[in-house]
Amino acid sequence: MPSLKDLKNRISSVTSTQKITKAMQMVAAAKLRKAEELAAAARPYAGRMNDVLAGLSAAYAGRDDAPRLLAGTGSDQTHLLIVATAERGLCGGFNSNISRLARDHARKLMAAGKTVKILCVGKKGHDVLKRLFADQIVDAVTLREVKQIGYANAQAIGEKVLAMFANGEFDVATLFYSKFKSVISQEPTAQQLIPAAFEANEDSAEPVSYEYEPGEEAILNDLLPRNISVQIFSALLENGAGEMGAKMSAMDNATRNAGDMIRKLQLSYNRQRQAQITKELIEIISGAEAL
Amino acid sequence: MADGNVKVEIVSPERLVLSENVQSVTIPGQEGNFTVLGEHAPVMSVLRPGFVMVEGGSENLVYVRGGFAEVSDGTVTILAEDARPAKQFNRQEIEEALAKAQQDVSAANGAEETEAAQLVVDSLSNLMTEVEHMGSAIVTGL
Repeated sequence: MPSLKDLKNRISSVTSTQKITKAMQMVAAAKLRKAEELAAAARPYAGRMNDVLAGLSAAYAGRDDAPRLLAGTGSDQTHLLIVATAERGLCGGFNSNISRLARDHARKLMAAGKTVKILCVGKKGHDVLKRLFADQIVDAVTLREVKQIGYANAQAIGEKVLAMFANGEFDVATLFYSKFKSVISQEPTAQQLIPAAFEANEDSAEPVSYEYEPGEEAILNDLLPRNISVQIFSALLENGAGEMGAKMSAMDNATRNAGDMIRKLQLSYNRQRQAQITKELIEIISGAEAL
Repeated sequence: MADGNVKVEIVSPERLVLSENVQSVTIPGQEGNFTVLGEHAPVMSVLRPGFVMVEGGSENLVYVRGGFAEVSDGTVTILAEDARPAKQFNRQEIEEALAKAQQDVSAANGAEETEAAQLVVDSLSNLMTEVEHMGSAIVTGL
């Protein structure tokens, strides 16, 4: 049985923990709003890009002269997994959900006899994956110093991936990140970057026949590499919003748990204090009776 | 559109830079500048670094770099990796853009490309001088 003093110390320590988690929750809520705005601002660009490329690439489906970024190298022996996670922890299962999806994917590929290479973006995913796949990790990018993710950050990663592809270091690239659905729900997602896959736009009634300047093929060759960076950029922004959402709900839970704990500790503290008073009274009374 | 207006949308990966109805838009296409009025035929063109000129809008000059323009159905959509209204440039940003433009000049092959890239360098230098004169970037035209 802990003494009264012990209980008092524990109550005060839990109270200060609660203050910290409460503050972190409020910070996350403020950052979430900003991250959501950024993600929303980036959506039109990525959406238009996807529509245009979907239209352009449809013409190349199944043709031999399609660009390699679209058609692939013709083999699927070497896979590159780009795993984008957050830089910081304390956000519930956010990081581990992404790493788990990537890990399962990597195991499946390795069981099928494929070669796997991993490119980590963000510290947390790297920490987990380097224990399991130390030999497979080819590079790790941290964005720790970056306050606000800009397109330039995504572009740097995109160029790295393209350079590796040009050197023939992999055949298929898949991007792992977390899709921001709502504050309480983020969905870990695997998205194939190379060869490029586009969501077909269903509501486009009839395709407009464009004049292309310079040529259709030149435009496609110009846009496909850009699209890699754009997809990485929107993944990073979705991750940013998701991380804050996950952090907010994790910290909200932590605050509530701390509150429960304080109530319990306070109860046993009061009980013990009462017991002590009663004990002292009994001692005094029985002392007086003995006289 | 009936009133001869075009709707212009300039989008960068980070935000929607401009979206409004204007009279005309001049776009620095890969194969030369072209102006879009209402009822322009559908065109898709790769951009070369330069300035989009907008007539009858709240911004009249927007710097763009990397990307493409799509014209269809009275709407011009410009997707550029870097897009900024000239008014919102600060000195450092102009210097960065200028450095990139000068790289383009040295990387250009053929007289035509060099000329086009040189034009961007000149426009940016003009912008720079104006910024220096005004203290803040208030640009009316180049």
